[in-house]
Amino acid sequence: MDNNKSNLLNRIRNSDVYFSFKKSPTAIISSIILAIIFFCSFFVELVVPYNPFDPSSLSLMEAFTPPSWTENGLSKFILGTDGQGRDMLSTILYGSRISLIVGFSAIIFSLVLGVGLGLTAGYFGGKYEMFVMRLTDVQLTVPSILMALLVDGIARGIISREMHDEMAIYVLIFAIGISEWPQFARVSRAATLVEKNKDYVSASTIIGVSNLVVMFKHILPNIMRPILVIGTIGLALAILAEATLSFLGVGVPPTTPSLGTLIRLGNDFLFSGEWWITFFPAIFLVLLAFSINLLGDWMRDTLNPKLN
Amino acid sequence: MIKYFFKRLFQSAVVMLIVAFVSFSLFNFVGDPINNMVGEETSDEERSQLRESLGLNDPVHIQFSRFIVNASKGEFGISYQLRRPVSELITERLPATIELVFISALIALVSGTLLGVYTGINRKGFFSDIILAISLLGVSLPTFVIGILFIYLFAVILGILPSFGRGEVVDLGFWSTGFLTTTGLKAIILPSVTLSLFQMTYIIRLVRAEMMEILQTDYIKFAKARGLSEKSIYYKHALKNGLIPVITIAGINIGTLIAFSIITETVFQWPGMGFLFIQAVQFVDIPIMSAYLFFIAFVFVMINFIVDILYYFIDPRIRVKAEAASG
Amino acid sequence: MSFLKINNLSVEYKMRRETVHAAKNINIEVSKGEILGLVGESGSGKSTVGNAIINLIDEPGKVSNGTIHLGEINIHDDLENIIKYRGKKIGLIFQDPQTSLNPIFTIGEQLIETIQTHLKLDIKQAKDKAINLLKEVGIKDAEQRFNNYPHQFSGGMRQRVVISLALCCEPELLIADEPTTALDVSIQSQILDLIKKLTKERNLAVILITHDMGVIAETTNRVAVMKNGNLVEIGQTKEILTKPKQTYTKSLVSSVPPTNKKISRFIIVEKENQPTNNTNIKILNRWTKKEIIKQDLVEVKNLYKSFDDSFFTESSKNIVMAVDDVSFKITEGESFGLVGESGSGKSTIAKMIVNLFKPSSGDIYFDKTCITKIKSNKEMMKFRKQIQMIFQDPYSSLNGRLKVEDIIAEPIKLHNPSIKNEDLKNYIFDLLESVELAPNSSTRYPHEFSGGQRQRISIARALATQPRLLVCDEPTSALDVSIQAQILNLLKDLQEQLNLTILFISHDLPVVRQMCDRIGVLRNGKLCEISNSEDLFENPKHEYTKELLRLMPKIETIYN
Repeated sequence: MDNNKSNLLNRIRNSDVYFSFKKSPTAIISSIILAIIFFCSFFVELVVPYNPFDPSSLSLMEAFTPPSWTENGLSKFILGTDGQGRDMLSTILYGSRISLIVGFSAIIFSLVLGVGLGLTAGYFGGKYEMFVMRLTDVQLTVPSILMALLVDGIARGIISREMHDEMAIYVLIFAIGISEWPQFARVSRAATLVEKNKDYVSASTIIGVSNLVVMFKHILPNIMRPILVIGTIGLALAILAEATLSFLGVGVPPTTPSLGTLIRLGNDFLFSGEWWITFFPAIFLVLLAFSINLLGDWMRDTLNPKLN
Repeated sequence: MIKYFFKRLFQSAVVMLIVAFVSFSLFNFVGDPINNMVGEETSDEERSQLRESLGLNDPVHIQFSRFIVNASKGEFGISYQLRRPVSELITERLPATIELVFISALIALVSGTLLGVYTGINRKGFFSDIILAISLLGVSLPTFVIGILFIYLFAVILGILPSFGRGEVVDLGFWSTGFLTTTGLKAIILPSVTLSLFQMTYIIRLVRAEMMEILQTDYIKFAKARGLSEKSIYYKHALKNGLIPVITIAGINIGTLIAFSIITETVFQWPGMGFLFIQAVQFVDIPIMSAYLFFIAFVFVMINFIVDILYYFIDPRIRVKAEAASG
Repeated sequence: MSFLKINNLSVEYKMRRETVHAAKNINIEVSKGEILGLVGESGSGKSTVGNAIINLIDEPGKVSNGTIHLGEINIHDDLENIIKYRGKKIGLIFQDPQTSLNPIFTIGEQLIETIQTHLKLDIKQAKDKAINLLKEVGIKDAEQRFNNYPHQFSGGMRQRVVISLALCCEPELLIADEPTTALDVSIQSQILDLIKKLTKERNLAVILITHDMGVIAETTNRVAVMKNGNLVEIGQTKEILTKPKQTYTKSLVSSVPPTNKKISRFIIVEKENQPTNNTNIKILNRWTKKEIIKQDLVEVKNLYKSFDDSFFTESSKNIVMAVDDVSFKITEGESFGLVGESGSGKSTIAKMIVNLFKPSSGDIYFDKTCITKIKSNKEMMKFRKQIQMIFQDPYSSLNGRLKVEDIIAEPIKLHNPSIKNEDLKNYIFDLLESVELAPNSSTRYPHEFSGGQRQRISIARALATQPRLLVCDEPTSALDVSIQAQILNLLKDLQEQLNLTILFISHDLPVVRQMCDRIGVLRNGKLCEISNSEDLFENPKHEYTKELLRLMPKIETIYN
């Protein structure tokens, strides 16, 4: 067993991917930034002293405190406070957790749906493939942000108003997830078509391996690379889509704000000079998306040089 | 040619029909249209009367064909929230959106293609690295953040450009344009640049990838082996092949810009269709939502159709394939 | 007096771990009116030399040393300016005519542009010249075809267009890099004849890069043999092929399947694997040994297959009959060969026999049972076990994500789910041994093996179900000739020991002659004739067979 493990480690160490990672400062820096952001967001209780959603810790006296390095700043609020006296840093990290949860859930949802449909469509072909591909065509006719807005709008029509805030986050995950799946379906179908014609698939069929095993044991691992690449870029897109929807006021409600919600709420104070309330969440969001995109860009070059 | 043309037309019609069905289902099955149209105090009798008069008791296929007929005439009923015909609201807002999208598409396509070709040819130059780094930052910046940044910079701090609205517009009867006044022209700068940035970075990366792939092909190598000049190899042999997919990109680009104009219009309070739509979503104003969906899909399908026809004239491979098919 | 003088040419690729020397101190001379063959296996650096002459090496490679004289001029003196010799003094032809031409310009536009780049001619004169050239390379209706796009030409015609483009500015040196490898035998001989004719008429100096010793023997005056970036031997073609001095050249020549006789084994001079010399391989103990009764194991009756995919593509007409009324029988224990050019339907037949495709009509009987009509999966599994296949491309026939032991274990476990782990392990070792691979191969991944070794793994996997019929679909055509010889030897040994029945599919007539007892010749989906191997080669009956035999490059021509 131990032998196996060190074998795997050696394999990773000897692989071209690892070599390219070591050689790429952008890949290393962006993964470090992402590791820090993920850690601080998911273990936010351990990282910051305030819980901005605990009403007892709020004080309106301390509202609109600018960042600590400016004239009126307080050292206990490094990035200042918002209109309700909530510590910006804490609020941002709590918000980032919501954004990440929505982003990851949405992208996993669309990945499972898209890869499932794309893989089976590419493998079985025929009318089923036609149907799935036409479906992606039709959906691609509707841009993803519009799709998400529509789903959200429909959900508002179906779900009662009281339930809406509670359900908002699930609606959002579904709305973003459903708008991204065609990408996964197309890429995994195209990759499956290539793999299906390779002889190892024929060999498995001739041996008598069942379709299900051929698809998931043989083909799936071989098409994972392009899927991982668009999955990474898709994660950045999903996080941005969440922020956009929340900014437009149809996403996460202000009671549990995400980064987008924070930017929208802060936007109202921009003209009166309280720039930090909107700028810090925005900078944080861009840093997050930029790091993911840098990593995705590196992955695209390393894992799949032919993918556009 | 004619067969190819009709085949594409037929495919477009099928897509439109599916979208129409979705729009129709939206209208009919999400919430109760009657509830949305009348107040609380309306009696049950009045409600069923209204239901009858709107034809909501007819079989679904009759309702659907009526919906298609109305949609093709541009009629989508009456807005729940604004109590005005949807067609009227849309024609009122259309010019603002079209002008915004037109300018943005121009910026995105022209600069995106130029920079993409440049970075594709000069793979390792200093400027290429800068352009690529910026373009990656560009896809990481959500449109609304760019908008806020621009407003803060150019409206709040510098105070040289307006932060909202279209400025003065000139009414030409069927069209209201902001192109003819200084304030109108000034007003469109920030929103159109904001809207185009995301698309532009996307186009840069696509065109660059395309150019790089073409420069690896055997026919470019063979052209080099024949001693053709670099100028001819890059700007004639590679570029012409590289520009073929740009047509597709341009098509998708325009549709996406219309969708993303929702965000830009919200940030800049631009009185266009996107602004109308986002309000509709917030108030569950189904007629506007379904009309908007229908409209966007129509634009998309039309653009795709035109792109396919353009391909026919530009790419000899498709032309021959299509001719062989139609005998 | 030599026209081209290559002196101490070296090409390096700076890779991540080391610098690869793709060519090391190469010295070659070529005179006008002479064709020099540059031969070697993959990775020998033969194409590198061809490209280095006009400094067309892909990044990160570069010419690190050497001079190249054309007549009196050293064209590598000023690498920046070498572009003016490309096309003008030196013409280059690449392997694949499908991808060598820009798809969106007509061939006329491409010709005129090239002509006007180097020669001071106006449009009219350039066009006249281009049309004359097209006629010279054998394109009919040159005036009309001048305005056609590349995809409107067949593969052979397209290669003629490529040649006309390479020659349009009257270069004195022509470098042809595997110019016929992508083409069928019948087209190949036409293109080679054309190159020979042009060499004579235009007094060209020609370098013909190829891996095919038959082509070398029939076409070249002198030959240079390369291995791992080194020039092994250079001299008159006849000298080199009949009296090779170097060990490597000897092994190369002895690996080439002779076209005029059947030999029992190939003589292997340098071996990729450790020889095991086991006369009795261990998997025999597991083999459910059956007495060989001379009965028909496979019977194919009136087989048809058409690919009608008009539903998905633009073309609704011209349903192509890939297989058109084919019938034959294979006796248990024999090797049956199917030969044909591309598009003859030979692979399609193989895929129907192993049940990857269903025939459009007709039946396939295996051991007296009609396997094309089996509906139940369970019933089918019985036959899956008995019919196995080896594929052409060793790089795609193994799943790169699985270890060798998992690849071989899959069929064993599937057909014998109760097998104990210990037994399974031993079985895998026995199988690896039978294909002459070391036991420690089992824990490695496919990418750690060479093409020939992968093909051995593929064979081990096929043997794991103890099949009676082994379908080999071009099993060696992706391999170098020395590796091919080893794999063919292995297949012969296995067949002898395990009493396998083999269906051997190939486009390569000499290989089929070495491997098969009986041969069927296919053309456009139709079976032309079936004969015993020796009869077919000595007394072909069908016109098409005669033509194929006449056109195939024969290494033996050099002895006459």
